[in-house]
Amino acid sequence: MLTLLGVAVVVLGFAAGFNPLLVVVAAALVTGWTAGIPPLHVLAALGKAFNDNRFVSAALLVLPVIGVAERAGLQERARMLIGRFRRLSFAPLLIGYMVFRQVTAAIGLTAIAGQAQSIRPMVAPMAEAAAEKQAGALDPDARDRIRAWAAATDNIALFFSEDVFIAVGSILLMVGFLAQSGLNLDPLQLSVWAIPTAVAALLIHGTRLVLLQRRLKPRAGAGG
Amino acid sequence: MIKLGVVYVLAGLVFAAFAVLSAADRNNPRRLGNAAFWGLVALSFLAGDRLGDLGNGVLVLGLALIAGFGWLGRGAPATTSPDERRALAERFGAKVFAPALSLPVVLVIGLLVLKPLRVAGQPLLDPKQATLISLALAAVIATGVGVVLLHQPLISPLQEGRRLMDIVGWAALLPQLLAALGAVFALAGVGKIIGDLVTGWLPVDTRAAAIAVYCLGMAGFTMIMGNAFAAFPVLTAGVGMPILIRRFGGDPAAVCAIGMLSGFCGTLMTPLAANFNLVPPALLELKDRYAVIKAQIPTALVLLLANMGLMYVLAFR
Repeated sequence: MLTLLGVAVVVLGFAAGFNPLLVVVAAALVTGWTAGIPPLHVLAALGKAFNDNRFVSAALLVLPVIGVAERAGLQERARMLIGRFRRLSFAPLLIGYMVFRQVTAAIGLTAIAGQAQSIRPMVAPMAEAAAEKQAGALDPDARDRIRAWAAATDNIALFFSEDVFIAVGSILLMVGFLAQSGLNLDPLQLSVWAIPTAVAALLIHGTRLVLLQRRLKPRAGAGG
Repeated sequence: MIKLGVVYVLAGLVFAAFAVLSAADRNNPRRLGNAAFWGLVALSFLAGDRLGDLGNGVLVLGLALIAGFGWLGRGAPATTSPDERRALAERFGAKVFAPALSLPVVLVIGLLVLKPLRVAGQPLLDPKQATLISLALAAVIATGVGVVLLHQPLISPLQEGRRLMDIVGWAALLPQLLAALGAVFALAGVGKIIGDLVTGWLPVDTRAAAIAVYCLGMAGFTMIMGNAFAAFPVLTAGVGMPILIRRFGGDPAAVCAIGMLSGFCGTLMTPLAANFNLVPPALLELKDRYAVIKAQIPTALVLLLANMGLMYVLAFR
């Protein structure tokens, strides 16, 4: 039971607003201490796992090209593009992006879009511009909310469609686990059961996007 | 065969450049903190395999202390003003999308053309890492497209990359560090203890109750551990396999697939899934670190209910 103290450190540390990197290192040391592992061994285990997981951070290599394109006006151009499609509003824009992301992820192309390469430079500015067409200039809180929704839409689309593809990590994990338990299943048998949830995710999140759009105040004087 | 090591060298050189440029940035009062932080990241990518486990541990400690003491500032490389950017956007037109769009194009070419390619009987790309290698290749080519097509200075990829990197700051390293914490949790047997608690103390007498325990357990356990992969073996061995599949005769494929997706609902609600939930708010410069999680929670909860309903109907026909 005491071993769970490390989990408590994470929860409390995050809640109290300490720097998360420090919280994680502290949680690792506390977990090791409660499990009777010497601190230097814990630090070595943490270091080894950090080194083994460098691939997680390697995706940051897309930042330079995004920065270059932003320097040349990418965000501004994305906003102008939305201005030209007068009838395209906030909810249909993000629902359209969600469908695109779900379909491409379902055929295994999970890396062709993402938070750094699509949401920040293009989708979020487009969503802001679409919301502004309806509600006028956004105050900082409303702008933040629109951006957060753009990021959330990418996550939700990705999570609930990548499992439709048979070669994704979680499907392979399940196949391996079931094989150990004596049940030999084909990846395809598992991935078809991801389709109903993918459809449900689109319906639920799409509905929320439409409701959010209704809550955006219409531009003053645009009514009637 | 091209392996991940090439990508690491590239990343290491880019971070080393960020460190050097940070050190020279007189607009950032904490420039030495930034230089040290990105320098350590560069060291990790370039020499991580030669530092030894404890050496890497000390490196991690160094990163955490620099971030924890607030020694990281935000660099201010010379860039274009908002007005200049609007003018450039007008001038370049749709061309300005070319670098960002060449990323996915090169990536797809990498996966469809280069991945199956074999040179002298060996695959050209390490098959397990083809996506990341292709992504790095795409990043290099797209950067070239950006500099040439949009007439940007040669140093701009490094300076603009550093600008974005400083915006994300320490949060950029959090996903990797959380993955490492997962390894320490596994070493100490944290998962097993939580699994025993869930399976030992919760009611699984009826099919509906067992489905609820399995799906809510997957989501809750995923929130604590930060990813569904850690939760799946524990909950499936404890509830899914013995109760739902063996006792109630559920279809193994449907039970497992929908159970995993219930875990993903938990991923949407936890700060421990940092690359999805905490890095985007930093990238988008949001005031509230948890703004993306807050936007996701209602969708995640309704979808979790939907998953339980789907499992009840689809796994027990």
